Amino acid sequence: MAKFTRKGKVKGVPPISTASLPDIVFMLLFFFMVATTMKETNMKVKLRLPEATETVKLEKKSLVSYIYVGSPMPQYQAQHGTLSKIQLDDKFSKLSDIGDYIAAEREKRDEKERPKMTISLKADENTKMGLIQDIKLELRKASALKLNYSSRKRYTNSKY
Amino acid sequence: MARKNRPLPEINQSSMADIAFMLLIFFLVTTTMDVDSGIYRKLPAWIHDEQEPPKIKRRNTFIVLINKNNDLAINGEFAQVSELKDRVKEFILNPYGSDDLSEKDDKFVEGIGDVKRSKGVVSLQNDRGTDYGAYIQVQNELVAAFNEMRNDYSVAQFGKTYKALSIELQDAVRQVIPTSISEAEPVEI
Repeated sequence: MAKFTRKGKVKGVPPISTASLPDIVFMLLFFFMVATTMKETNMKVKLRLPEATETVKLEKKSLVSYIYVGSPMPQYQAQHGTLSKIQLDDKFSKLSDIGDYIAAEREKRDEKERPKMTISLKADENTKMGLIQDIKLELRKASALKLNYSSRKRYTNSKY
Repeated sequence: MARKNRPLPEINQSSMADIAFMLLIFFLVTTTMDVDSGIYRKLPAWIHDEQEPPKIKRRNTFIVLINKNNDLAINGEFAQVSELKDRVKEFILNPYGSDDLSEKDDKFVEGIGDVKRSKGVVSLQNDRGTDYGAYIQVQNELVAAFNEMRNDYSVAQFGKTYKALSIELQDAVRQVIPTSISEAEPVEI
């Protein structure tokens, strides 16, 4: 067995090859690239979504249009006050703008996908229902009937 | 030229990892992983001229009312959100055939056959001053009640949970227990 014993100084641990490092990093990179959704809008209203247990995941992001409702962020309060406001895309809007917004959003989609368009209503939990009810009425007038009350998932009290 | 035969020098790849790292960090920072979720609701279609709402017998309506102080009333009596789910289930299922809970009619459902279906409608009313959070709490309890009833029905009928059923059977179960929640226009209370 003398064949296997080394003579002379004991060699140090050979350096770990870093040749596969780029591959590992690329793998991570691709994962994050796929999982990433870029923020599309600048939030101008403060949002604290209500909690719910019976939530359903919104699938097909491309079919979803958002309506944000909440009180304006501090930097906009001088101009817009502190009462709840509607935000469509990047700007504060009036109730009467919702119809046009829905029409514009519908135009953006393929004809086939239009009936499946969903509105996600992201409203702060302290918003008064009067405003929400008005928005719902506008949505009904614009015949955008698929509505999703956006809420955070709460796990307690759930049996599933 | 003299250069012609010289082989192309190999590109140094040692900076590849750095470039990839930079991209990786960029995506790490910009990533938001939150998945949008919420309670689905189909709004009733808008009807231009004022129509008489369909007449529903008193015993077939279950009136849930939230006032501007976020207090809850069921059929005119003060109640807690925690008891809402069981009250709705009792109202729709009417297990003992009580006279003041919902009636049932026969319906043929493909995939299941003839079933007794409740005629009950849950009417959700609110004030313009009700908080959205409170409203969603109540909505959530109502949806939970219907989901639980469907699940119980699936287990009793097919021995599987509702989620484990095929799409067709889920549809059938949804027809047996439809989400009959009516959201009326708000009133000033």
